[in-house]
Amino acid sequence: MTAPASQAPSRPTPAVPRLDTVETAAANPDEVQPYGELGLKEDEYQRIKDILGRRPTAAELAMYSVMWSEHCSYKSSKVHLSKFGEKVTDEMKEHLLVGIGENAGVVDIGDGWAVTFKVESHNHPSFVEPYQGAATGVGGIVRDIISMGARPVAVMDQLRFGAVDHPDTARVVHGVVSGVGGYGNSLGLPNIGGELVFDGSYQGNPLVNALCLGVLRHEDIHLANASGLGNKVVLFGARTGGDGIGGASILASETFEDGVPAKRPSVQVGDPFMEKVLIECCLELFSAKVVEGIQDLGAAGISCATSELASNGDGGMHVDLDDVLLRDPSLNAGEILMSESQERMMAVVRPDQLDAFLAITSKWEVETAVIGEVNDSGRLTIDHHGQRIVDVDPRTVAHEGPVYNRPYARPEWQDALQADSTTAAGLARPASGEELRETALTLLASPNLASKAWVTNQYDRFVQGNTALAQPDDSGVIRVDETTGLGVALATDANGRYGKLDPRTGAALALAEAYRNVATSGAKPLAVTDCLNFGSPEHPDSMWQLVEAIEGLADACQELGVPVTGGNVSLYNGTGEPGQIDSSIHPTPVVGVLGVLDDVSTALSSGWQTEGLSLLLLGTTRDELDGSAWADVVHSHLGGLPPRVDLAAEKALASALVEARQTGLAAAAHDLSEGGLVQGLLEASLRFGIGASVALEGVTGRDKVDPFVALFAESTGRVIVAVDPEHEGELTHLAEDAGVPVLRLGTTGGDAVVVEGQFEIPLSEAREAHEATLPRIFG
Amino acid sequence: MSAIEPTPAATSVPGIEGARIGVITFPGTLDDRDAARAVRLAGAEAVSLWHADASLQDVDAVVLPGGFSYGDYLRAGAISRFAPAMAAVVDAANGGMPVLGICNGFQVLTEAHLLPGSMVKNDHLHFVCREQSLIVENARTAWTNEFRRGQQIKIPLKNQDGQFVADERTLDELEGEGRVVFRYDGWNPNGSRRDIAGITNDRGNVVGLMPHPEHAVERGFGPASAEGPRAGVDGLTFFTSVLSSLVHA
Repeated sequence: MTAPASQAPSRPTPAVPRLDTVETAAANPDEVQPYGELGLKEDEYQRIKDILGRRPTAAELAMYSVMWSEHCSYKSSKVHLSKFGEKVTDEMKEHLLVGIGENAGVVDIGDGWAVTFKVESHNHPSFVEPYQGAATGVGGIVRDIISMGARPVAVMDQLRFGAVDHPDTARVVHGVVSGVGGYGNSLGLPNIGGELVFDGSYQGNPLVNALCLGVLRHEDIHLANASGLGNKVVLFGARTGGDGIGGASILASETFEDGVPAKRPSVQVGDPFMEKVLIECCLELFSAKVVEGIQDLGAAGISCATSELASNGDGGMHVDLDDVLLRDPSLNAGEILMSESQERMMAVVRPDQLDAFLAITSKWEVETAVIGEVNDSGRLTIDHHGQRIVDVDPRTVAHEGPVYNRPYARPEWQDALQADSTTAAGLARPASGEELRETALTLLASPNLASKAWVTNQYDRFVQGNTALAQPDDSGVIRVDETTGLGVALATDANGRYGKLDPRTGAALALAEAYRNVATSGAKPLAVTDCLNFGSPEHPDSMWQLVEAIEGLADACQELGVPVTGGNVSLYNGTGEPGQIDSSIHPTPVVGVLGVLDDVSTALSSGWQTEGLSLLLLGTTRDELDGSAWADVVHSHLGGLPPRVDLAAEKALASALVEARQTGLAAAAHDLSEGGLVQGLLEASLRFGIGASVALEGVTGRDKVDPFVALFAESTGRVIVAVDPEHEGELTHLAEDAGVPVLRLGTTGGDAVVVEGQFEIPLSEAREAHEATLPRIFG
Repeated sequence: MSAIEPTPAATSVPGIEGARIGVITFPGTLDDRDAARAVRLAGAEAVSLWHADASLQDVDAVVLPGGFSYGDYLRAGAISRFAPAMAAVVDAANGGMPVLGICNGFQVLTEAHLLPGSMVKNDHLHFVCREQSLIVENARTAWTNEFRRGQQIKIPLKNQDGQFVADERTLDELEGEGRVVFRYDGWNPNGSRRDIAGITNDRGNVVGLMPHPEHAVERGFGPASAEGPRAGVDGLTFFTSVLSSLVHA
């Protein structure tokens, strides 16, 4: 199956086609080019001409258009994303081995071990073709992790769909879930958690974000750059085909090459088997030290890989497109350069190591072709059929694209939205025990709070044998070192409803919750990745939401002392009229937090498995129900202000939880968020089928709230902890010493959740309500 | 739950020093590292075997681990069964060497005709991952002799094409000869005929099953048990069983 590097790929031998060469471009400066259809603005096109001193060739135009796209260049977000870097203090950098700007950030977790992790979006393809869109989303982020020299060890998926009862939602849900599962399961990567949200704002704009975690030794970190005069540029993995070309097919209407193919699918098609083989092959290449660097091919394919490698390197690069192994010999140069065919990697290899390199790719039956060489020209040059079709400064393609400071302004509707609180709207609150009980069951069965087992049971969480915690626990926990038990916890969060009410606070809340979820497992939070899903940057409303969220997140990261190590921005998630309140999705800054545990076998589960434990409530409850699950599910209401964020309190809480785990005092811990205390109690009881009996008087008395608020408010910084009565005093002191308010709620046991003096819910009834929802809707 | 003690390697089985158990890796195999870990935790040496290598390196037993060898393209296990290593496995199995096929490994064993029947797509058409209860029906095979007949065990199950099918005559034969080794307990997760989760050959040295014993060998990383979350280690008994069968062979 392996084609030796020297063997030319088979293809029909047409007469040498008339190509749009560098020479032709210089000779015909006025030829009309379809830059608009390729997504370039007139001034951007003019800038390319200025850079080159002539019009671009068709191939160059293809490269610039895709590399200067929002997706690849971050041109609208760049000026604001720099705040993540500005807010990083030296102290925060302590554990950072590689920061923002590389394929993924790398974090030191001790004992010579490092982990790399990143979350990325694949939103638009997943609406067009849900299965392949989601599958290749997983594939892409996994290749980013491999490029760093790490073995991928876990994935997570953050999914947001339209309303459950919309006729198009099931199509997207089924495709996306089987795509994430079909690809991830076939790679042998445990899926340890994620998010699942249904909301009308995502109708037509589902969000499919995927996170991958990789493990490596410090000395194995690899950065992708093309350095070293004479080094070979090697393309290996799947052949290059016509899938995922997107805008490039427009170039096909230009008759600069004969026999141009018909339009092709713009969504890439994944082959997880090929990717699994690539993972093992790349790890063997790294371990044999026969490769200088590996760059994955994702968005913009060869255009991106060659220009980024050359731009990051210290010289230039020459590539011969005739040596690219093709699935479809009729592809033109622009298409080959833009193809997003999956499961491809580009390596920089020293000439004296090429044979050893080829022996390893051949062992894994991975097709490999030397397509170019590193030189000292300072240029990226590309030939096709013996003619020069690209001659550019790679930096102008990869790193010096346009940067926009787009206008942004607080939306006109924002004040009215914030004024429309649950109190101002006069939403009826349940009061009697029976009303509270019914409300609790309604929320427990609502699609966003129901058991996610229908989804997670389609994902393998056991493979690799290192999963200590996975959904439905608050965070996923993976062992890194089998001898010591050293490992990491990961959690992600974003509440789009909070983001809509106040994007700045919403982003900080997302960070606070992910941070808290990591801490509830007993892990010390260390670092952050984020995927910012927003509407069009060309609408001042959405742009304002993005800027607010970035600033809110950057400030909150600084206050919690956890740096952003990398991530992704997905814009244009909106189809409505500009200026309207519903013009785009809820601002959804997905924030992932990574924490470290010295021994994952001591990680705290989110449920209790023993009767007779004492239940403590850490944190304070306030009358915070705007944007809550209750307002949404019961009243279909969204208005007011999200819960307050108190990052100092979150920090204190996290340190208390880490200590509670380390000292072995706590038996279980569960974060309280959507649905409030009663949802948390029900989830923790259902985890292992052990009920709980609690009294609310402590909370209602101390925090001056009524039973409804005590049960349903979504105040942050709260966790329920189960503790052996013997350790209750000690744990209480530990929390108080950390400055965390603590009170006793009740005890575990029995087969119901009992709220004394109010109501009781048998676990069998709760289980039916919780678990039947998603199977009933999606079967 | 509180701190979970790591499982020490079981070294109590007498006479197993030096036992070597091979784990074959095909392109697309996923659970090979897990199977090797299970072998080590049982107290034996795990030997990595490569599909393209016809030598079994003098191992005492072989595990065909789970995964999606060759992407399950054509049919699960259909391509792997032609690997050079498989010719050696067929010969060794016919000579009495213990062979365990887990999930995709089970599919390869049926394709190689070491075990009867075949696996088709789950009846509900979804991939399924769950902690699965099984009843041990045959505690005399090389891989189950340390269980009790009728014992209920719990190990993870995860598959897309896990529905065991065979014609009625074959199923009757399997039942009549006591060659059904495991049956699903409670819910049948994939529509397998007669709730069959695992079978053996007439000699009892070759066992294939869909669930994954190698994922239930270490406290803290297995299915839930009465001992605590993820504390289940029922899978370890497969590997200690084969060591004792090697001693008594």
